Amino acid sequence: MAHGIIHSHLPQVLVVHPPESFSVYQSQYSHKFHFLKAWESPLPLDQFLSTHARNVQAMLSSGISPIKADLLCHLPSLRLVVTPSTGLNHIDLSECRRRGVAVANAGSVASCDVADLAVGLLIDVLRKISVADRYVKQGLWASKTSYPIPLGSKLKGKRIGIIGLGSIGQEVATRLEAFGCSISYNSRKQKPSFSYPFYSSVFELATNSDALVICCGLSDQTHHLINKDVLLALGKEGVIINVGRGAIIDEKEMVQCLVQGDIGGAGLDVFENEPNVPKELFALDNVVLTPHRAAFTHETRASMRELAVGNLEAFFLNKPLLSQVMDN
Amino acid sequence: MDSITVLMTSPMSDYLETQLRDRFNLVKLWTYSSKTDFFKHNSHSIRAVVGNTKIGADAELIDSLPELEIVSSYSVGLDKIDLRKCQEKGIRVTNTPDVLTDDVADVAMGLMLAVTRRVCECDRFVRRGLWPKGNFRLTNKFSGMQVGIVGLDRIGSAIAKRAEAFGCPISYYSRSEKPETNYKYFSNIIDLAVNCQILVVACALTKETHHIINREVIDALGPEGILINIGRGSHIDEPELVSALLEGRLGGAGLDVFENEPEVPEQLFGLENVVLMPHVGSDTVETADAMADLVIKNLEAHFLKKPLLTPVV
Repeated sequence: MAHGIIHSHLPQVLVVHPPESFSVYQSQYSHKFHFLKAWESPLPLDQFLSTHARNVQAMLSSGISPIKADLLCHLPSLRLVVTPSTGLNHIDLSECRRRGVAVANAGSVASCDVADLAVGLLIDVLRKISVADRYVKQGLWASKTSYPIPLGSKLKGKRIGIIGLGSIGQEVATRLEAFGCSISYNSRKQKPSFSYPFYSSVFELATNSDALVICCGLSDQTHHLINKDVLLALGKEGVIINVGRGAIIDEKEMVQCLVQGDIGGAGLDVFENEPNVPKELFALDNVVLTPHRAAFTHETRASMRELAVGNLEAFFLNKPLLSQVMDN
Repeated sequence: MDSITVLMTSPMSDYLETQLRDRFNLVKLWTYSSKTDFFKHNSHSIRAVVGNTKIGADAELIDSLPELEIVSSYSVGLDKIDLRKCQEKGIRVTNTPDVLTDDVADVAMGLMLAVTRRVCECDRFVRRGLWPKGNFRLTNKFSGMQVGIVGLDRIGSAIAKRAEAFGCPISYYSRSEKPETNYKYFSNIIDLAVNCQILVVACALTKETHHIINREVIDALGPEGILINIGRGSHIDEPELVSALLEGRLGGAGLDVFENEPEVPEQLFGLENVVLMPHVGSDTVETADAMADLVIKNLEAHFLKKPLLTPVV
């Protein structure tokens, strides 16, 4: 228990699995918090927690590893979970609510970055930017025997259907309006402060859109929200962009639709079973794939760290949290 | 009008070719094995030339076609046409402005996003099966980056409007200041390059703008700076650009045009901070058709003695 004696004046923060770049938290904030690093212990997790974490009030999530009843039951003093992610699908929110555990996330800190990548993916799919880059870098342009790249599709005037008009969806809408696109949306509830046409049915939205951009979170209600019917309604020229969570789309159906030409193309940053990506997609030129990096810029990761630490500091000072997740 | 002979200089659009063949007596320059062969058979019958960014109408061609009345370019750029000679000889010239403005601006934005967020590199990373071995590195935030535009005409303005929606402060260098915009004007290109993070070339190619992006400008833009070119390859001193990128003196580049198309410096092929496209800025189905329609309409107007739609000379 030597560690406990040395750091006993610092508030304890449990870390079961470290977030990416945890070393920066360690180097910048170990004078403010004592990080209890469960993954470094040779003890099995249950034992580590019952030995060292009975009095822990705050926890820093990795942003990915599940925080559910089977973990929470070992943390009787827990009052706060801070996740450096915007997404909350890895946390059992109702279990936290039941136990009186507050949850704080990254708020809207990452919204611009995620919107930027959504737009970047859409332009890439429609104008074949990655196809072009591959073509030129393989030396095919100067080659006398290769075919030119097929023509792309004009972005201006396209009807964009945004799924989820929260912070990210709003940033996507603002950007695409500047390209001359028309915006409609589906959301849990209509948002009267926005004049974009609202569709209560995702199927109807898909029927009336040239491209769908998924900007919502993953929940029981949005799991496989984009199913085969929705994809077929989107149609042979339709494009789907996903910067939400992989499981919002029925991935198997989407892959089949893409392979068979039932939809026109896809730009995907997230997948059902990361880091595994269906190999059938690798052969397709109408698909652009990025490895869940929409929120991963230097600037935003630093902001997420600062916000996470800000939430922890506020908690230990008995002040209001900076970005508490409230029930809707 | 099928007694009127029209020369098409290079393959540019199947749709345009069909339209020309249906309306006129179409002669295709690239089907002749040599220039002399071509000139021997056709010089005296050709009354119109349809050119593009590859082959336009230079002095040699114009001089060899005594009956030439009009050059209708399948492009907005006029750098491949000897405008002075056309003016001297009373030959009309038309181009395809406006219809391609949005598409070219979209590619400029697409290149900015692709370079800063490493979209193409990420796609490569996933397709090579590297993701299970570890995450892709962090990239740089695009929103809010200072964007500097060289040339604030139709295309430059369309780029500015789009970049503004990302919270990017806009500055520009142009032949003359445009007080009707809110953008910050720099009267020389070095000051523009010093004061922006992404420099976009969107002006026309003329004698004055040849190699306007030289070593000095590249150095001013610097090791964190990104250069985007959707103008003409000769706007940039290409060897200087290549060495700046190889030596890390420039942060990245997104290029749709090159000095000697279709040749592209091979040293660029392995660079992850560089995105290359084969001059496809206006290549969408919609715009290609609109450009072709404009070429046809201009030719028909001329031969029906009606006002030209988009005359340059």
